[in-house]
Amino acid sequence: MNFEAVIGLEVHAQLLTKSKIFCGCSTTFGQRPNSAACPVCLGLPGALPVLNREAVNMAVKMILAVDGSVGMTSVFARKNYFYPDLPKGYQISQFDRPIGIGGRIAFEDNGVRKQIRLTRIHLEEDAGKSLHPEGHSEDFTRIDVNRCGVPLMEIVSEPEIRSPREAYLYLHALKQIVEHLGICDGNMEEGSLRCDANVSIRPVGETKLGTKTEVKNLNSIRGVEKALRYEIDRQIAIVSSGDRVEQQTLLYSDADGRCYPMRSKEESHDYRYLPDPDLVPLQLTPNWIATVQRELPELPLNRQDRYVHDLALPRYDAEVLTSSPGLALYFEETLAACPDAKLVANWIMTEVLARVKGNAAGIAGFAVEPARLGRLLEMIRSKAITGKIGKELFECMLADARPVEAIVAEKGLAPIADSSDLGGLIDKVIADHPKEVARYRAGQTKLLAFFVGQVMRATGGRADPAVTNELLRSKLAQSE
Amino acid sequence: MATALQLRQQFLDGERNLGEYYHELLNRCEDVNHRLNCLNVVTSELAEATVAQLHSKLTSGRPKGKLFGLPIIVKDNICLKDHPTTCASRILNGFVPPYNATVIDRLLADDAVIIAKANMDEFAMGSSNENSALGLARNPRDLERAPGGSSGGSAAAVAAGLVPLALGSDTGGSVRQPAAFCGVVGLKPTYGAVSRYGLVAFASSLDQIGPLAADVHSAALLFDVIAGHDSRDSTSAQQSLAGAEENLKAGVRGLKIGLPREYFAAGLDAEIAAAITRVADWLKREGAEIREVALPHTKYAVAAYYVVADAEASSNLARYDGVRYGQRAAAHDLLSMYTETRHAGFGAEVKRRIMLGTYVLSSGYYDAYYAKAMKVRRVIMQEMLEALNAVDLLLTPTTPTTAFKLGEKTEDPLAMYLSDIYTVSANLAGLPAISVPCGVDAAKLPIGAQLIGRPFDEPTLFRAAAVIEASSR
Ligand SMILES: [Zn+2]
Repeated sequence: MNFEAVIGLEVHAQLLTKSKIFCGCSTTFGQRPNSAACPVCLGLPGALPVLNREAVNMAVKMILAVDGSVGMTSVFARKNYFYPDLPKGYQISQFDRPIGIGGRIAFEDNGVRKQIRLTRIHLEEDAGKSLHPEGHSEDFTRIDVNRCGVPLMEIVSEPEIRSPREAYLYLHALKQIVEHLGICDGNMEEGSLRCDANVSIRPVGETKLGTKTEVKNLNSIRGVEKALRYEIDRQIAIVSSGDRVEQQTLLYSDADGRCYPMRSKEESHDYRYLPDPDLVPLQLTPNWIATVQRELPELPLNRQDRYVHDLALPRYDAEVLTSSPGLALYFEETLAACPDAKLVANWIMTEVLARVKGNAAGIAGFAVEPARLGRLLEMIRSKAITGKIGKELFECMLADARPVEAIVAEKGLAPIADSSDLGGLIDKVIADHPKEVARYRAGQTKLLAFFVGQVMRATGGRADPAVTNELLRSKLAQSE
Repeated sequence: MATALQLRQQFLDGERNLGEYYHELLNRCEDVNHRLNCLNVVTSELAEATVAQLHSKLTSGRPKGKLFGLPIIVKDNICLKDHPTTCASRILNGFVPPYNATVIDRLLADDAVIIAKANMDEFAMGSSNENSALGLARNPRDLERAPGGSSGGSAAAVAAGLVPLALGSDTGGSVRQPAAFCGVVGLKPTYGAVSRYGLVAFASSLDQIGPLAADVHSAALLFDVIAGHDSRDSTSAQQSLAGAEENLKAGVRGLKIGLPREYFAAGLDAEIAAAITRVADWLKREGAEIREVALPHTKYAVAAYYVVADAEASSNLARYDGVRYGQRAAAHDLLSMYTETRHAGFGAEVKRRIMLGTYVLSSGYYDAYYAKAMKVRRVIMQEMLEALNAVDLLLTPTTPTTAFKLGEKTEDPLAMYLSDIYTVSANLAGLPAISVPCGVDAAKLPIGAQLIGRPFDEPTLFRAAAVIEASSR
């Protein structure tokens, strides 16, 4: 029997606000435990939450970017449960009236455009962290509340994802969107982007859903793909052997690529949702939304399409160049100084990326600013220099912050286009290669390239190709 | 005893010495508390430090606050920085907030002197002050009777003449009912008029801090100081509020006052009914127009109130788990630590309400109880606002009986809950309501008259209350 997978993803994206969602505490990652905490995020008696407008703006940005509809009145609710790192005994989240409804995330799968619909987007606060130090004689747990109140945006997809590969592409596209919008750094290792997956299988053609399991603890996009592959295979094996899949929560272990069941008796939660009486309903206005709309940058997939259609770049190039907002910006700024899109794309994808890779400063801090690179490429495009010289110059520019023209002048790399300068050199080349000259004059005009090469070698590549060609042609045409 | 206004003037004029006054007052606290058990902690050091500051202010000629030198007692569910805040619960043992409630900041900014935290029903749940982990408080009018709850300690301290001013909190009548039982003035402000920041929550959508005072003018003075927008409380009203003290003497001429007939039905003590009728006559004599109005959904108010209040309470009290502060029970696993801590930390009434609240919010019963109670709440609010379109104020009894005997209702929670029957509607609807003494019954126990007004129309409440106060003298 053939099976298909039915996958729904719940992605938590940590918003890049400066302060927490309901208080003024800092959201910086990696601070000393319990140093970013105030009465509000600690849930001390009498403390009250006040909503951070920046978090709302970021969520609205996301909703608009994925064509969802903004809930003009959304309500914060309390999700009640007991856990030591949940100071108030409830998490403030959104329940039946979220800030975003619907929408879709699109991606390209081998040249096929696909889209996965979204159920909802909502805002909530993060909980703290329980630390269980090992190797101690006594059993104890430490709590770090720094994460308490960190703003999260939860993006819930419809169960329309059909394969681990689609899940991978969906997540990749989602990550690119939040990065392009500047609302999340997309870092799964630091937990800025977290994903839980609901998975079930069913025979192809069946419309009823099978029993689903929930896979948690997915901390890389590749990990999601691998965990799903494992879980789908596991479910298929169970069903094929005539057993039933048990509804449970699984934890994915990156170490061995397997999923393990989580404590199952703690799953039957009744969260007892309650509209939070400490927060009035969030009322958005058309004006507010219009303001956010104006700030909305171009989305990665739209950008890719534009690169393909307007700049005639291959889809692959467009994908690479839009893989991060910084890179796309670098590309476009370079393009402003040199209109040959393919030339610019090639250089960025090879020379630039090779040097940016592994560099902490990233593309934004790259030594050769896009305007300088653009002028260099423009010199190549207009044949003011050769590509070979261009690469040499690029090397110099990495350590030399001056404009490319200044370096060219200083190093004497300016092309030789003066026929009086080149004339003597060409005479010498002709004199040194009598056999080749004879063959050329006998009709083997392809040998012109040989002579050009000789001139280039003699000038270290600085001879202007057009002028050199012209001079060679006329000199070789003369009989001695 | 001097009124708040007179006392302030005496300090300013140098007729009375601040240091001497407070030396004597702090000594009296001990005596009064010995009799009434109305104070959980006397904040002598804070009071003395404040008095020293005020003293230098007095001689320096700097501007003096509206409450200059006035002693005030605050209910023990209002956070006072660096002082224990107990909510009269064992579970908050050892909890010392590192912050002030907004109302405390405002009191201090207006030169009040905080001398004590008042006893109360545990987490403000109760109508008699008998649910306190620190022992019951007594009614100074009759020591065998309850001072009312849950702000019983605050009301008793004012009634005993210890202080002219106190703060309580009112979730279903917890300022007005003890005010009526003790014979003082108590206001439940419009929801959102006074910041709840630093008030330990019982039921967040109903709670409101309110003044208790020996007289109407003092209550208005105190209200003006604590009211106003606070950016730390999202439910705090943005609008600017009219001063309550300014027009206090404006009288009631031309005001239309409604008597809701449902508030005068079975269960109401005949002496109280007669007293409120008398109050209506006084108001009429002073130029108000009295008319009967109908509020047919009143009969559902108590039921809706207890569902909503307990639902919110069950959620608000979840944070008392022994993990971060307060006392923690020794246990071998997490779940036992929670249950043992909460078992030992909460009193019977609090447990009852947490269980009720948990039940009405649980997924199988949510629609039948919580959602329905919220619908009833909206209907009651609508009905009251409509009535207040036709009249300026509603006049009702504050309580169905005068102060009952200690222990009389502790075995019968339902009977106890019914003592809030006339006060809960104002909380459900978010409306301002005041209780003002209007006489005594045959046993010389105080009777309170309640006035309910339009949102943010406290000034009109105080005008009418002043007329009742003057007439009852
Ligand atoms: Zn905080």
